[in-house]
Amino acid sequence: MNSAPSAIAVRSVSKSFGRGDAMVRVLSDVSVEIGVREFFTLLGPSGCGKTTLLRLIAGFEELDSGDILIDGVRVDHLPPFRRPVNTVFQSYALFPHLTVAQNVAFALELQDLPRAEVRRRAGEALEMVRMGALAARKPAELSGGQQQRVALARALAPRPKVLLLDEPLSALDLKLRKEMQIELKQLQAEAGITFVFVTHDQEEALTLSDRIAVMQGGRILQLGTPREIYERPAHRFVADFIGEINLLEGQVSGHGKVRLDCGAEISAGAGQAAGARVTVAIRPERARLVRGGVLQAEVTHVAYLGTATIMQLRLADGGPFLLRAAADDLPAIGGRVQVDLPSDALQVFAA
Amino acid sequence: MNLRRLPLTREIGLGVLVYLYVPVVVLIVYSFNANRTATVWTEFSLDWYRKILANPSIREATWNSLVLAAAAGIGSTLLALAAALGTKTRFRGRGLVEAVLNAPLILPEVVVAVATLMLFVAIGVELGMAAMIPAHIAFCIPFAFLPIKARLDGMNPSLEEAAQDLYANRLITFRRVTLPLLWPGILAGFTLAFVTSLDDFLTSFFLSGPGSTTLPVYIFSAIRAGITPEINAISTIMLIVSVALVVTSFLFGRMRR
Ligand SMILES: Nc1ncnc2c1ncn2[C@@H]1O[C@H](COP(=O)(O)OP(=O)(O)OP(=O)(O)O)[C@@H](O)[C@H]1O
Ligand SMILES: [Mg+2]
Repeated sequence: MNSAPSAIAVRSVSKSFGRGDAMVRVLSDVSVEIGVREFFTLLGPSGCGKTTLLRLIAGFEELDSGDILIDGVRVDHLPPFRRPVNTVFQSYALFPHLTVAQNVAFALELQDLPRAEVRRRAGEALEMVRMGALAARKPAELSGGQQQRVALARALAPRPKVLLLDEPLSALDLKLRKEMQIELKQLQAEAGITFVFVTHDQEEALTLSDRIAVMQGGRILQLGTPREIYERPAHRFVADFIGEINLLEGQVSGHGKVRLDCGAEISAGAGQAAGARVTVAIRPERARLVRGGVLQAEVTHVAYLGTATIMQLRLADGGPFLLRAAADDLPAIGGRVQVDLPSDALQVFAA
Repeated sequence: MNLRRLPLTREIGLGVLVYLYVPVVVLIVYSFNANRTATVWTEFSLDWYRKILANPSIREATWNSLVLAAAAGIGSTLLALAAALGTKTRFRGRGLVEAVLNAPLILPEVVVAVATLMLFVAIGVELGMAAMIPAHIAFCIPFAFLPIKARLDGMNPSLEEAAQDLYANRLITFRRVTLPLLWPGILAGFTLAFVTSLDDFLTSFFLSGPGSTTLPVYIFSAIRAGITPEINAISTIMLIVSVALVVTSFLFGRMRR
């Protein structure tokens, strides 16, 4: 480890809401270190505690236990307005009674900067998100995408060390979302700011992030680069949540052998006790159509995508199997095929 | 189901309108009547308006009413604003607090007025403005409270969080975000309280003293000497002032949205 403090350190943080019988534990013993200038993503299904963790960092909620450091300084007892982070809210939360320019200047005006400097920096921030032309409008006169940009400019204008973004793109349509993803990434690189980004869209997380924390039920299940998370998921849940994957149930039949429920026996599961129930996972693009392959299957659906072909197969026990192959590999629907499962592409999870 | 399509809806609606407004229209019309008998129309005239403007007791009563309404409006709006902000977050007994605040809406006014009179006499508060202002503030609170509360409940809570996130402390957040957003509600609350106080007879009747007669009390005592066109004229002016205030605040509220 280098000696420079991380942009954000979250140490053994727990948080519950409610009291007595109605108490719900939302975060349990969460720890994470986020590096300076990192694009860090909190990814997980609805209700897993992503927003709560973000709000704890911003200071809108109080910790039950643990501590949070920003730039090496403990901030647990500081109110939001004393923390060097800014938030882009999911609902944008633009001030409806102020113009776009006044919204962006809000924090700058509170920093005792000279008037000209406030105007210059607000203008700069608006240019950064290409909203300079609409500076005189009220938020109600903007489209969703434009509001999103203003929210971003407003949070960037005071040059925070860390920007917290709570599903900032979720209200946008697909096309705009893709465009904004690219812009966000460029903006982050240009401004040199640490981003803590919340999403439940795994594709968005994989595209944007330097590192991802996959959360479930108030815990971080796995922390790693998009590649690590995609290729070496540490939990069945992570494997299932990120990208598409085939999950085959089976039982360890002997040393390094698994008998799948569909009947096939494959080499996998070394280190698991014989008789244990396991789940074998393989990505659709890692399985291969090979004559003499270990899985017998029937083709139920073929989708030609131009760059690849996606095949829906049915295994001997009736279970589905997804396979992605080169575009010219087009078997007939109803035809019988054999599938090979390369052992380096397999991942085994205890059930 | 479309209510407007039901048989007779239109006729019943018109009937209700007539029932509600005919007395008021008659009053307004007769305030411009030249004849002294309030029930016989002769010709158009502004005489009664000239007369009431020249009448010192009416001028004094008008002035008293306006001062009282302004004081009651400002006082009750400030208290209602504090109450609305104080009951924003949940706490034990919040429902009870709100019920107590709104109690003047259902308590019989005559009982409260008599009770207040007895209390003030017992502790030696002199009847007059000093007695009427606090009493009016009290019964005007719910009228000021409800619009402010509605506006506050409708406010997106992340706006205040956004302000704090952008380095505004609690006071600055209140001044620059909460207050401007509440402004239409505050104005509506003030107007309602003002008009309610302006219109009040019972409480003022019990608590006014010599020299502090309000317009409704003056009208009541004048009417014992017989219904005169002057009363029609005063009433018309009161009506116009009240309606104008409410309409202005309504338009202003719409403009700010
Ligand atoms: N103020 C609160 N009071 C009570 N429960 C709360 C509160 N805030 C959040 N929760 C609960 O905590 C859990 C986690 O909420 P959180 O908003 O952090 O989820 P999330 O991961 O952001 O979900 P989403 O993707 O839907 O936004 C949820 O079960 C939620 O109901
Ligand atoms: Mg959330």
